[in-house]
Amino acid sequence: MKDTAAIVGIAESEYTKWGKLARCTEYQLALETILRAVDDAGLTIDDVDGFASFSNDRNEFCFVATDLGVPVVRYAGMTWVVGGGGACAAVGDAAMAIATGTARCVVVYRSIAMGQFRRFGRALAGDVVGVRPQDAALGFALPFGLFNATVGMALLVRRHMHRYGTTTEQLGHVAVTFRRHANRNSAAVMHDRPMTLADHAAAPRIVEPFGLLDCCLETDGACALVLVSPERARDLRHRPVYVAAAAQGTGPRYGCGAWAMHYMPEEDYTGGNTQTLAKSLYQTAGVEPRDLDCAQLYDHYTGMVLLQLEDFGICPRGESGPFAAAGELAWPDGALPTNTAGGSLSEAYIHGLNHVVEAVKQLRGVAVSQVPDAELALVASGSGIPTSALLLRR
Amino acid sequence: MSVMRRPYFPPGMPLPAITDDTRPFWDACRGGELVIQRCTGCHTFRHLPAPVCWQCRSFAHEWIRVSGRGTIFTHATVHRAFLPELAAYVPYTVVVVALDDASGVRLVSNLVDGEPAIGLPVEVVFEEVSPEVTVPRFRVRIP
Repeated sequence: MKDTAAIVGIAESEYTKWGKLARCTEYQLALETILRAVDDAGLTIDDVDGFASFSNDRNEFCFVATDLGVPVVRYAGMTWVVGGGGACAAVGDAAMAIATGTARCVVVYRSIAMGQFRRFGRALAGDVVGVRPQDAALGFALPFGLFNATVGMALLVRRHMHRYGTTTEQLGHVAVTFRRHANRNSAAVMHDRPMTLADHAAAPRIVEPFGLLDCCLETDGACALVLVSPERARDLRHRPVYVAAAAQGTGPRYGCGAWAMHYMPEEDYTGGNTQTLAKSLYQTAGVEPRDLDCAQLYDHYTGMVLLQLEDFGICPRGESGPFAAAGELAWPDGALPTNTAGGSLSEAYIHGLNHVVEAVKQLRGVAVSQVPDAELALVASGSGIPTSALLLRR
Repeated sequence: MSVMRRPYFPPGMPLPAITDDTRPFWDACRGGELVIQRCTGCHTFRHLPAPVCWQCRSFAHEWIRVSGRGTIFTHATVHRAFLPELAAYVPYTVVVVALDDASGVRLVSNLVDGEPAIGLPVEVVFEEVSPEVTVPRFRVRIP
């Protein structure tokens, strides 16, 4: 599948620290943001006939469609790749729905107000009571204090550090680089909060090797995107951004991911479960890593960004730490400006959908930290779990 | 060697959901034994317990008692009390242990003594955490 759909509308709500969204519910935020994305495209709600989301979205499409008065829904997709691995898959599913003629205009959305529901940094506990496969899996994790993604991804990153000599200071370069990007972005939750390597090193330890500043934010906010066919996109308000390639999936014996399971083959353990996605993306789009103008990589933890850089061939295996420390992720002068709005570490945690929105801004030429003449962007969703990725182009 | 930490966690921690697939593992732990599922057809060990062999798709399996010896594959030290009851129990160490005599099998567990390091030899110790559940943890082993 290449260039079979185009992203023509985007919207973001205000982003706040978790619990600071007081003016409305998470659900209302979803509705508002969807309407704004449709408006951004120059379309109306009557044009919309499909919805795609991920991670067992609480804000179910059937209520969204009913409350917004959508006349007919022809596609409603919820990807099965896990949690924050699903943002790019939802976009890819929307593109497939359009490419097959199943629907004509699909909205991808995510509203996530941690203050109104669960903070992801807390323990996942008290839910291991059933006989689903996941209950059995969690029974081998939670009783040992493997309570959440922070512990699970720390285990992955520790192994990378051991094997390749990656250091906590190199992790700090990832955090500081993305914070600098957020400091330029007035919408970022951490806009007014500079960070130095010394701040990173002095932050409280959360789960070694991670300190507080290696961990993504817990926030309230929403994003939405609108996709239509390339033919229809030509007549709309903004320069279309094409889905050049979309990939989703998982490696052998990866289970639900490293937040709970550590039984994948040893050779896959120092990657982010994105190796095979990378091959598929580049092959489909007919491009190579050196063709990329920017990357928006899921940054739930600093170290997981490094694993993705290697999986996607942006630097050789084992060299991502020095690559980050050399400033290669920084806008504007790095080899590949990455998470140019600040990412989940410093802009907001919208489960990776804000990464797609930022890529679209870059390709429209309207990003705050604009890569000059950006033509091709890589977006990757949650690594260390079954996940997904996109190549977007203008 | 440093003193083993017992109990490793306070009462009230999450307990495993014991299903038909996992019951033999947990029953063996209560008896002070570590057992791992093995395919009767192709003899591939597997963990997590599952109804079928990922290697040959056979549903026939047996449970093999293993020595409980292994090495630390990776580790993480948890400083944040993710549950309020854990405030007096941090830091604690989560380890992934590669078992010596069940090829390819790793267990998520805890190191109850010493400093964790990748490659460190360890051996299983059992801790009763409720009348129904005993969990396998690991201590440093002097080879």
